[in-house]
Amino acid sequence: MAYIELRNVSKSFGIGKDRTQVLSNINLEIKEEEFVAIVGFTGSGKTTLINLISGLIMPDEGEVLFKGEPVTGPSHERGVIFQNYSLLPWLNVRNNVGMAVRETFKKMSKKDRNKRVETYVEMVNLAPAINKKPKELSGGMRQRVSVTRALSMSPEVILMDEPLSALDALTRGNLQQEILKIWNKDKKTALLITNDVDEGLLMADRIIPLKPGPKATLGPEWIINMERPRDKTALNHNDEYKRLRNSIIEYLIQIGEQRASKKENTYVLPDIKPRIKPAPFRKFGFS
Amino acid sequence: MKDRSIHILNFVGLGFFEPAIRLVTGEEVKKNLSLLFKKVVLPILSVLLFLILWHSGATYLYNIEKEARIEKAFADRGEAAALEMQTCIESDDISCQPNTLPSPAQVWVAYKSLLTDHRIITEKKVAFADKVAATNTQRAEQGLAAIKYTGRPSFVDQIFTSLKTVFAGFLLALFIAVPIGIMLGLSDTLRSSVNWLIQIFKPVSPVVWLLLVFMIVKTLTMNSDTDSSFIISFISVGLCSMWATLVNTSMGVSSVDKDYINVAKVLQLNIGQKVFKIILPSSFPLIFTGLRITLSVAWMVLIAIELLAQSPGLGSFVWEEFQNGANDSNSKIIVAMFVIGIIGFLLDRIMLTIQKFVTFTEETA
Ligand SMILES: Nc1ncnc2c1ncn2[C@@H]1O[C@H](COP(=O)(O)OP(=O)(O)O)[C@@H](O)[C@H]1O
Ligand SMILES: [Mg+2]
Repeated sequence: MAYIELRNVSKSFGIGKDRTQVLSNINLEIKEEEFVAIVGFTGSGKTTLINLISGLIMPDEGEVLFKGEPVTGPSHERGVIFQNYSLLPWLNVRNNVGMAVRETFKKMSKKDRNKRVETYVEMVNLAPAINKKPKELSGGMRQRVSVTRALSMSPEVILMDEPLSALDALTRGNLQQEILKIWNKDKKTALLITNDVDEGLLMADRIIPLKPGPKATLGPEWIINMERPRDKTALNHNDEYKRLRNSIIEYLIQIGEQRASKKENTYVLPDIKPRIKPAPFRKFGFS
Repeated sequence: MKDRSIHILNFVGLGFFEPAIRLVTGEEVKKNLSLLFKKVVLPILSVLLFLILWHSGATYLYNIEKEARIEKAFADRGEAAALEMQTCIESDDISCQPNTLPSPAQVWVAYKSLLTDHRIITEKKVAFADKVAATNTQRAEQGLAAIKYTGRPSFVDQIFTSLKTVFAGFLLALFIAVPIGIMLGLSDTLRSSVNWLIQIFKPVSPVVWLLLVFMIVKTLTMNSDTDSSFIISFISVGLCSMWATLVNTSMGVSSVDKDYINVAKVLQLNIGQKVFKIILPSSFPLIFTGLRITLSVAWMVLIAIELLAQSPGLGSFVWEEFQNGANDSNSKIIVAMFVIGIIGFLLDRIMLTIQKFVTFTEETA
């Protein structure tokens, strides 16, 4: 039995003629302690997929199962690292993490909870910034806080929605190692959403592309059997790595082109000169 | 040390001292000189210009009034009376001064006389308290109410009465508008069902609120002999001024960033925690902006309401002076005007400073 399972899941947004099906017929199985990466283009529905698994939204069709039970809402067992940090700007690092710890370990004494917060903050090297507010932190530091907040709850699964894509290459590399270290230590199940194939190859056991939407479905999977720990520089000379990388990128380019050509076929452009249209006004409604 | 004091000055809104401090320490002389000119010298010049305009305007009006009086005396009672009137006016005799817009100097004199008046009344109060101290302890033993000073309040007393009223009204607005605003913000259904009520009541004039409150409070306090004018005026002030807070609170609560709501869901906060730990803090900036507007509206309508409700305070001070028509009444009204303006400005500054303290600024990644 799969640990996490999606069966024929579809999800649409909007009403009436604006309704579009974002995800269509998604089937996915993740085993316990497995690290799966999903790669896909922007807007293809990756965040929607994460939200379905975390229980923030419900599928229109099909079902999402966690340990064999249908997911009915968020749970502390499934920690989420949000795409845009989602730190609470009025709380400092300690309290952002502290709030998560307090909610997960309600019976723990205050002292133990504080200790736990400090341990986790130290783990991502943020001890000196523990009393700072998010706006005083750099992007990388905020992302660390976000990672720490999710991990401090000791979830059985970590769902990561492009956790590192906003970071510079150096910070990104460091955080990748830290996440891997934690995953390896506690042997958690992990689902990583990314737009970077190299990141997937470095971290995951399996890479599955999400085809461009609307009606996005999952593509064929690539099993990454390279030995861990994987070293980023050494990987560059690894033949298996090169083979996988080329094969995945080729596939992505191919589905990218398909999308482009599909568009050309569906929209027949009328033979008129382009006219410059003013940008639409943004409306601010008070009602 | 220097940077710290500059920081504090900027924080409390006295940032215009910054170039002066930087100049004293000899920092970037040229830039700071021009800053000093812009932030200090020019404002002072504009104050002077204002005083000059005021003075010449007052003189002009004074002359019109004077001419008219002399003309009138001439028409009514002949040349001798006209001459008599002219000497009377020029001799600064109180009985025949033209009654018009007072000049800055007259206002200054009135200001000082109000302060003297305050000192005298304070002394009287102290003397009175000494005199009745023994009697009052006796009365207290017998379970009777103490004898209170019932003399005329001074100008300063009136200011404090007004501040008390506005504060009571503001608190009333706070305790009505914030909870209701939160409820409206949380529920779309509720918001759309009472929206008409808010839209209709929001623009109602303070005078009408006062009359409405008067109708209700008069009936409710029919059998007690307490002075209801304070109650009437602070409730009216609260009702007039609460709308900005109400609207802002419900808007803030209903437009909380979806990301924060997702955090609340993932952490599985219960509804109370969700409101107090996520929704309220994130809508705090908007709520506070509403409260600031509420306080300034409260102060503005207070004067009119006091004036109409005959409740003690600056409003009734202005009204009494106007009715009084004494020689320096007009000057005292102008003094009151400046005091009202300055206090309003200070209240706003205080709110702004508190707001900076308690609200986060939105991050820009
Ligand atoms: N709550 C929502 N309401 C309406 N449309 C949505 C909502 N969430 C996502 N979408 C739409 O679904 C599509 C996929 O979004 P998303 O899952 O965020 O993509 P990704 O994370 O891959 O960039 C987008 O076109 C987006 O506009
Ligand atoms: Mg996304």
